Amino acid sequence: MTETSARTQEVRTTDGIVLRFAGDSGDGMQLTGDRFTSASALFGNDLATLPEFPAEIRAPAGTLAGVSSFQVHISDHDITTPGDAPTVLVAMNPAALQSDLHLLKPGGTVIVNADAFNERNLAKAGYESNPLEDGSLDGYTVVTAPMTDLTKRACQDLGVKPRDAERSKNFFALGLVSWLYSRPVKPTVDWIDGKFAGRDTVIAANKAAFAAGHAFGETAELGASRLMVNPAELEPGTYTNINGNTALSWGLIAASQQAGIPLFLGSYPITPASDVLHELARHKNFGVRTLQAEDEIGAVGAALGAAYGGHIGVTTTSGPGMALKAETVGLAVSLEVPLVVIDIQRGGPSTGLPTKTEAADLLMAMYGRHGEAPLPIVAAQSPSDCFFTAIEAVRLAVEHRTPVILLSDGYLANSSEPWRIPDVEQLDSIAVNFASKPNHVNDEGESVFWPFRRDERLVRPWAIPGTPGLMHRIGGIEKEDGSGNISYEPDNHQAMVRLRAERIALIAHHIPPAEIVGDPDASVAVVSWGSTWGAITSARRRIESAGRRLAHIHLRHLNPLPANLGDLLRSFERVVVPEMNTGQLCRMLRAEYLVDARSVTKVSGQPFTAAELVEAIGEAIGATGEQR
Amino acid sequence: MTDVPVTTRKDWTTDQEVRWCPGCGDYSILTAVQLLMPELGVRREDTVFVSGIGCAARFPYYMNTYGLHAIHGRSPAVATGLAMARGDLHVWVVGGDGDMMSIGGNHLIHALRRNVNLNILLFNNQIYGLTKGQYSPTSERGKVTKSTPHGSVEQPFNAISLALGAEASFVARTHDMDRGHMQEMFRRAHSHPGAAFVEVFQNCNVFNDGAFAAITKRDARDSMLIDLRHGEPVRFGADGEFGVVMDGGRARVAKVAEVGVDALVVHDEADPDPSMAFALSRLANTNDVPTPIGVFRAVERSEYGSAVTSQIAASQSKAGPGDLRKLLHSRPTWQVA
Repeated sequence: MTETSARTQEVRTTDGIVLRFAGDSGDGMQLTGDRFTSASALFGNDLATLPEFPAEIRAPAGTLAGVSSFQVHISDHDITTPGDAPTVLVAMNPAALQSDLHLLKPGGTVIVNADAFNERNLAKAGYESNPLEDGSLDGYTVVTAPMTDLTKRACQDLGVKPRDAERSKNFFALGLVSWLYSRPVKPTVDWIDGKFAGRDTVIAANKAAFAAGHAFGETAELGASRLMVNPAELEPGTYTNINGNTALSWGLIAASQQAGIPLFLGSYPITPASDVLHELARHKNFGVRTLQAEDEIGAVGAALGAAYGGHIGVTTTSGPGMALKAETVGLAVSLEVPLVVIDIQRGGPSTGLPTKTEAADLLMAMYGRHGEAPLPIVAAQSPSDCFFTAIEAVRLAVEHRTPVILLSDGYLANSSEPWRIPDVEQLDSIAVNFASKPNHVNDEGESVFWPFRRDERLVRPWAIPGTPGLMHRIGGIEKEDGSGNISYEPDNHQAMVRLRAERIALIAHHIPPAEIVGDPDASVAVVSWGSTWGAITSARRRIESAGRRLAHIHLRHLNPLPANLGDLLRSFERVVVPEMNTGQLCRMLRAEYLVDARSVTKVSGQPFTAAELVEAIGEAIGATGEQR
Repeated sequence: MTDVPVTTRKDWTTDQEVRWCPGCGDYSILTAVQLLMPELGVRREDTVFVSGIGCAARFPYYMNTYGLHAIHGRSPAVATGLAMARGDLHVWVVGGDGDMMSIGGNHLIHALRRNVNLNILLFNNQIYGLTKGQYSPTSERGKVTKSTPHGSVEQPFNAISLALGAEASFVARTHDMDRGHMQEMFRRAHSHPGAAFVEVFQNCNVFNDGAFAAITKRDARDSMLIDLRHGEPVRFGADGEFGVVMDGGRARVAKVAEVGVDALVVHDEADPDPSMAFALSRLANTNDVPTPIGVFRAVERSEYGSAVTSQIAASQSKAGPGDLRKLLHSRPTWQVA
């Protein structure tokens, strides 16, 4: 940043760093982590992030409850997880150190704001003595910087009040780590200019703090080595850094473009789904209509009404909202109208862990409605995959005239990764065929419209209001197959229950078969769904580099399951199913295919680490007697 | 409205057998609507009836239009989505007091507040019919039903007061014994841009027979129904001998001979302030006192669906129509060669 006092220090190259920013909720750690991530993305690293924040907006300052963290893994090669354990921990106060130190790799680097380690803050964090002085950090490389004081000094001639200046200390931390880990400076400076445009003193304070942190790294004897992570060799193309909720929102817009009909979102604010509502509300020029409804039921009801009118009806929520929407989703099953229901899963039951991840809504998606009410279920596997999964959900809903549940989770929602932007010309098309003429001749020889007359896929016509001659009445009461008239006939109901099941089962012929990644001749297959894909992929690579064999089958479609899945599973000696629940997919596979699938579960509100999976899968491989 | 084919009641009637109990007030409402529709100058295919659950909610099956029989209480929400998506349609919502004021109360008040372009017909019979006779949120205190064998201890809603409190821009009341009045109210509701709420006093002859007889039977109407007419003094009785005056901030019935014509409230349905309309709605909280019918309130207010559509148009003229490629490149990007 400044040439004047720069010491020359050797920069060592490493293949990756896992950096964790931790501080008080008010310290701006999410923003700091996000800026570090963006600079790294623009620099060309592969990366994955894990934001973690408390459910409280502002827990009491300095307490353990108020610690907010952001972990980012930057790498010079293709990675799929935010890293098992951080190699660097930035702790802005004692509570952050107390809360997150145990995560740090042995021998890792701790960067602390020394000014925050006063008696009051130490007491609040439960420290009896100052860890910076009592030798408890001896196993780590410790970098201390008086961040608050130096930030205030950097700002003293800028006309910024000292209290306001103090708020820029996260930029000091960002400047310091940017120097330590050889990040480009320009993207952050440009970002400050854009973000705070019109607030000149804020721009000046943040830039001054950032520069001071960078200069501190250059001039102080830090005792930590300066590292460089080179750009990753990724597939050629144009990249952007994207999180799951943004990718999901863009996928819905893309689907609407591909289908050529407008998008309608009915939603009610809920963590961690609200950002989809926020994002879609911004894009009205795509003809997107968003309704922040009076409640979860109103949200899905409006989406259903819009779908009945010929729009792509979508509702977004998390677990508690899913419970509330169940009856309306059942109505959509009965009406056979397209509806996309998106569940960004979080820890449950009840309010549970609003800001922590879990994937325990699979069986609710499968069975959480009264009566026999089957519907397709898809799940996203990575932040950027939310884009394609959204398009697939819309495709299934529109082309098969059915509600579809899309499962994402809190981890995918907020984590980001570089995404090679797809060519919009290459996106799948979605066929919308609104009915336009009668489809039946009645006993009197008249042409009439039968709303429940099905095609060869058992899909009924989508006749939207405004279409002359096709007026019809439908509802949640059982309908006579074909005419759609109310019918309480026993045989008709039995037939309709079977038809509704069969038409969803038939979708298995309209989705890709399950594929094996890794060694199809391995004795052990791992079967997975959702965000566990990243950790499992990372674990598989480690297992393979240790010379062992593993097959990985990841499922985007959870209902119906791919047609070839049963045969695939039966070809392995052992099937292991890691899930962030207590074994829901495992139960489904055992019930469906009578295979002896074994469950590996984690329900701590945290994603799996690759190390945990290497161990669990390693045990399974060992149990088969397969040699190293 | 050009080229709308001439239709008759028959064109608006389906071949479905009507399944209400013989003598139900719903028949007369259905007749009133079916006879009115040909006069409204709208196409059948552009008309949608949406309902929830209950006896009244069977209404769409009998209208030869598009019809959606949804689930209990949710019809205002479903209709909100439909009307937002399709501003070209005429969307009617039909439901009973249990459907719209109990399980669906939340959706109703928010549809009214947002002023979604819906014609909402509340068939108020003050009882649950389809579930065979439990008290409803509009049943009178003391009502003895299967679920209140010792009498209801609940305060009922006054539907008009509730709608006014929910910021409704159009609020009216009619009753199932007067086809002409019903049709006048429905016609007004249809022509009102935004959410139009019409309460219809409807007799359930099986579970709550005669609930409104004291005010709606032919020989009682003159003295018990206060016909609200815009711009006219609020006055009723066979010879107009009664009227409504404001007294200490409340509306009260008075003899015209005692207070004089000039003291009578002059009804202003277009008053932006709903206070007077609310005061009129409080004249009758039971069905044994003079009760106002007619249009309580009809004010112009931004309609929800068109406001959303205008934002879309404004956004498109400012940013241009959506360009997916541009969107995907809208955040910082970098090249990998």
